[in-house]
Amino acid sequence: MTPEAPVVIVHYMVNYQERQLDRTFAALVDGTRRAILARLEREDSATVSELAKPFAIKLPAVMKHLDVLYDAGLISRSKAGRVVTVRIQPEPMRAAMVWLRRYERFWSKSLDRLAAYAERREGAATKKRR
Amino acid sequence: MTSLTLVRRIRARPSIVFDALTTPDGIAQWWGPDAGPVVLAETDVRIGGRFRVRFRMLDGTEHESVGEYLEIVEPMRLVMSWQWTNGGEPEEDGEVSRIEIDLKRIDSGTEITFTHGRLRTQASRSSHEQGWAAALDKLVRHFSTEHCA
Repeated sequence: MTPEAPVVIVHYMVNYQERQLDRTFAALVDGTRRAILARLEREDSATVSELAKPFAIKLPAVMKHLDVLYDAGLISRSKAGRVVTVRIQPEPMRAAMVWLRRYERFWSKSLDRLAAYAERREGAATKKRR
Repeated sequence: MTSLTLVRRIRARPSIVFDALTTPDGIAQWWGPDAGPVVLAETDVRIGGRFRVRFRMLDGTEHESVGEYLEIVEPMRLVMSWQWTNGGEPEEDGEVSRIEIDLKRIDSGTEITFTHGRLRTQASRSSHEQGWAAALDKLVRHFSTEHCA
């Protein structure tokens, strides 16, 4: 293995994570899908027909939403006979939050320092004027 | 949350805050998430002008962002595009986000409203008002305490 190889792997992982983030956010855009996730979070697991019940949409439409959630890695499905049970998978959402928190930390710390710097300069300007 | 908004009150007049936001000397004093230094700051503060800022974090990693000034109302408002670059190459699939800064004169100095918007634009523009960030946050907290111990 050449010394460059690990760098390539890191880049690949970054790109992979970016695509995963896009899938996560795209999946969460839809209100029905968020409602499904919220319910799965409360109830641990549910069958597809249980999940479809509260919505004024047909079962195939719910299945479609579940496909999107599954493709984004946000749920798992297991089949027993004709019953499909759905469970939530938290890892992609955690990654999405980490991504958002990174921006929050960046700007929050930066603005703290901006404030401290501007206040020092204000102090100096006020003194000079006197 | 596809946009992030922070509000701070600063005991300095808006013109001083505006200078700190737009001059290389000012930027060098505060830009970055820890006490690591700004190693490069260039600004061309006019509509269509560009900025470039590079900082080194305490862990030794360097990060650079570039963008273009889109709106300038000195000393009250500043809008610019924003892109991370790594050795001059765009990061995050070259995604361009947007920073809006409003400065309001208040008795004690300046209230700054800082918004980093259009994060993950295509995926989530429509979701912005729907408040899924709170739901997401709740879900994540739930799982970090219970399911993944």
